[in-house]
Amino acid sequence: MSMEDAVVVPIIGLEIHVELATETKMFCRCRNRFGDPANTNVCPVCIGMPGVLPVMNAKAVDYSMKVGLALNCEIPSYTKWDRKSYYYPDLPKNYQISQYDLPLCQNGYLEAPLPDGSVKRVGVLRAHLEEDAGKNIHDNPTHTGVDLNRAGVPLLEIVSEPDMNNAQEVLAFSRAMQRLVRWLGVSEANMQMGHMRFEPNINLHITHEGREYKTPIIEVKNLNSFKALEGAVTYEIRRQHSRWLEDPEGFALKKKGKQNRGWDDQRNVTVFQREKEEAHDYRYFPDPDLPAVVVDDEWRNRVAQSVTELPIARRTRFIKDYSIGFGEADALTQDSPTGDLLDEAVSLGAPPRRVVNLLLGKVSARANEKGCGMSELGISSRQLAQLASMLDESKINATAADRIVDHMFDNGGMPEQIAERLNLLAVTDVSAVEEWVDQAIAANPGPAQQVRSGDKKAKQAFGFLVGQVMRASGGKAPPATVKEVLEQKLTAD
Amino acid sequence: MNEIINMSVLELRDAVIKRDMTATDAARAYLDAIDARNTSLNAYNEVFTEDALAQAGEIDNRLKAGEKVGPLAGVPVAVKDNICTVWGTTSCSSKMLEGFRSPYNATSVSRLREAGAVILGKTNMDEFAMGSSTETSFTGPARNPWDVERVPGGSSGGSAAALSGGLCAAALGSDTGGSVRQPAAFCGIVGMKPTYGRVSRFGLVTYGSSLDQIGPMTRDVRDCALLMNVIAGHDSRDATCVDSPVPDYLDAIDQPFDKLRIGLPREFFTEALNPEIRQAMGKAGEVYKSLGAELVDVSLPHSRIDTDENGALSSYAVACYYLIATAEASSNLARYDGVHFGHRTTRDCGDIVELYSASRAEGFGDEVKRRILLGTYALSSGYYDAYYLKALKVRRLIKNDFDRAFDNCDVLLCPTTPSTAFGLGEKVDDPLAMYLADIYTTSVNLAGVSAVSIPAGVSKTGLPIGMQLIGPVFGEQVVLRSARMFELASGTCRLRPPALGGKQQ
Amino acid sequence: MSGKITPELVSHIGRLGRIELSDQQVVTLQRQLSDILMYVDKLKQLDTWNVEPMVYAVDIQNVLAEDIPGASLSADEALANAPQRDGDFFMVPKVLGDS
Repeated sequence: MSMEDAVVVPIIGLEIHVELATETKMFCRCRNRFGDPANTNVCPVCIGMPGVLPVMNAKAVDYSMKVGLALNCEIPSYTKWDRKSYYYPDLPKNYQISQYDLPLCQNGYLEAPLPDGSVKRVGVLRAHLEEDAGKNIHDNPTHTGVDLNRAGVPLLEIVSEPDMNNAQEVLAFSRAMQRLVRWLGVSEANMQMGHMRFEPNINLHITHEGREYKTPIIEVKNLNSFKALEGAVTYEIRRQHSRWLEDPEGFALKKKGKQNRGWDDQRNVTVFQREKEEAHDYRYFPDPDLPAVVVDDEWRNRVAQSVTELPIARRTRFIKDYSIGFGEADALTQDSPTGDLLDEAVSLGAPPRRVVNLLLGKVSARANEKGCGMSELGISSRQLAQLASMLDESKINATAADRIVDHMFDNGGMPEQIAERLNLLAVTDVSAVEEWVDQAIAANPGPAQQVRSGDKKAKQAFGFLVGQVMRASGGKAPPATVKEVLEQKLTAD
Repeated sequence: MNEIINMSVLELRDAVIKRDMTATDAARAYLDAIDARNTSLNAYNEVFTEDALAQAGEIDNRLKAGEKVGPLAGVPVAVKDNICTVWGTTSCSSKMLEGFRSPYNATSVSRLREAGAVILGKTNMDEFAMGSSTETSFTGPARNPWDVERVPGGSSGGSAAALSGGLCAAALGSDTGGSVRQPAAFCGIVGMKPTYGRVSRFGLVTYGSSLDQIGPMTRDVRDCALLMNVIAGHDSRDATCVDSPVPDYLDAIDQPFDKLRIGLPREFFTEALNPEIRQAMGKAGEVYKSLGAELVDVSLPHSRIDTDENGALSSYAVACYYLIATAEASSNLARYDGVHFGHRTTRDCGDIVELYSASRAEGFGDEVKRRILLGTYALSSGYYDAYYLKALKVRRLIKNDFDRAFDNCDVLLCPTTPSTAFGLGEKVDDPLAMYLADIYTTSVNLAGVSAVSIPAGVSKTGLPIGMQLIGPVFGEQVVLRSARMFELASGTCRLRPPALGGKQQ
Repeated sequence: MSGKITPELVSHIGRLGRIELSDQQVVTLQRQLSDILMYVDKLKQLDTWNVEPMVYAVDIQNVLAEDIPGASLSADEALANAPQRDGDFFMVPKVLGDS
């Protein structure tokens, strides 16, 4: 009788906290900005001074609804905020304004693509809007410093159903969520800036010899990287399995409620967290300072309209409609505005293939250099469309196109005008090309002969001659025409 | 000087604008009075001598230069010490906030200043507005100018004592369960609790979030109407402050109503009612009848007051109030923890929990602690439904009663308090007895409606008797105008305590 | 409805409310809170089946502000009332772990 033939199914749910990219905090008009000097984005309201009152940020509500709709959630018609009481120095009022029983979004799902190409559908139980706490700084050995810049920043807490069964699915779900919130423009979801934090809940359902065992549910607190998330989930599954093997009866889910563990990323283990005093009686009650929010159909529809085609659907469409590859389509659907550029350029008549090449070539390179999105370089769909068409019609060649793109980045302007001004338009006069070709052949009899004789270096020689013609033409001869004419002339003799 | 302190707000402001006297004269008159009499009354926690004179001087300069000034130009006003001001401190009469300097002015204070008022200082109060006698104050009790061995009422007792004692021309108080109206009744002045949402709460140190309102305290009803004109109205920094236009409360205020229907809630006129107060109410009824008003019997069943076999009073409204107010307070006062502001223990603390617990134990008085603990219990796991939620439901019933009553009348008339001012120390050892001072006032805060207390007369023992006029939601106009009707007809306006030369009725 | 107010319960509430209570205070509060709770138990007499709780005292909804930055305090202004500060930070005794 071996324990090892027990069937072990990890049951994993995930809570994700997403910081919303509003200009200001949730209840006051202090700036919502990372990295500023301590306690400079604060005011009496977010410090919780005597006499202050909260006023809800409309954009935070809209952004939350947007995410909810993109997650296929119901947006109930009545929602309110509640006070969650606990004492901590980074929580100045010693209560957090959150949502308890009537959250803004409920009962949705997210389909996360897995590496093998399949899709994992994970239920979303709810998403609610709450305020973030400040930061405790632990540099000093005897004291803790408190910075309230982050106190009051809007936070969307997304709670999944416990539908995931391994670390891979957890990662897939998290990455898909990151991509989604970036896509919708509601959060930068930059891990280094703490825009996304994870708290997985993990336990195991074990079947052995007809009996069912459930290990205690562990919540791992405050993970702020995908690496930590993967590490913690993987480790915790293994740890709970080992503990169960040691003591199958004893190590079982005894009573409702989770235990908390932390992640030690030096030793790569989860660690027991000292049971917090008075295992939290949060004493939730409706916040009398904040009137309820009634969402009518008009509001819901307005937000729904701003939730455009989601990344995976768009990626599939690009592959199909524009005949491009998965990798290319994926790269173009990392954010919404880049794909918009492509769609708009195509709707102006540009050939999709050419636009894609431009975007994933020069435009992408420049974007990486500048550390911004492709749509933030100031290139318009009109410019792209015109350039793509010019290439397609051989009005310019690839080298010329590169120069035009650089010029557009630095000085703006439409491609046709730039090409004229910089004398980059391809020479369409075949006789000019023939002249250059004749000159090149005459100046290079050796290579010319190699080509004629079908020498093993014929290909190289041919390429060399093409290069010579291009140089003579100042880059303006259309390469295809040059090759055609050169071939003609070399075989004719 | 004496003339100045006997002027109403309207008279004073008119004199200043006409330049019959200067704002500086007015400020000095009151500052001198404060010098002479505040020690015996302990009405003020803090006096802003330099700032007040500077503010007054500025009004005078503007008038000299022919510039426009506001409707309260030069009027010296006192502000309760739980309303934030950038001058001086905002202590809420508590060790917890002793020395706290607010970086901002409460909206009401800004509006007073924009109207040209001069802020004389911060008045004494029950600690964090929790009390009915101003005896829980960290700075010691304030005293009733009518009899200094008696309480001025609370929690806005300092404002009431200052006004009644000739130490300011008008004052701001705050009312959560009666804290403006009850001291107004005890001190023979006018005190209004506006409809919830009429006046901004931004800058009022919150006690009961869904119950609190800042209210004017004045010597007559016209002054009250003027102050309401200035402080009422939308404030984008208070989400519970309604965005609807403020009428001119002075408009037609001296014109009596033709056919006023006055409701008398039968539950407030039981045998439990003090005979002298009952008599005063009866007389008031007669006065209204002589002005053509109709007295109507109405019922507020869930505001009823019962007497048990020992003579102790009990009231659903008081029970309901003490669950909701304390629940909200337990949360609103959680921020006073010695971390970001306020009192921190000097004891060497091993951890943050000890820091919190010791600082709060040292910073809060007994009544505040009691209410925080009661409120914490009412919200705690397992008790929420039975206490807090139950109270919210009873609240709905109380409000429905008022809505129904106003179907049959324009305004309600009833006592403000069950007795005249009681003696200092008389009720301090019995919290429940103290809570019962609020039996006629708490329903009003629970329902969110408007009410004013005005003097109805003076008792045989020479103490003021107040009466209450209660109006529907945003019914301040009918409340003030009907109060003014009585004031003009009965002459119980601008009473002065004997110590200030007042005659007894 | 009203649980018995025991000294343990009083101490528990004191911890929830972060207020240190002496033994003497626990005894006094036990009596006072019992009296008050017995008093508020009167609400039991009222039938509130199907009554909508009244959370807000004013009938308004959807009070929302535009996401436009306003004025903030400087660190000095923010820390002006702080009992202890460490440069531009509020200072407290060491807090174990983090939320």
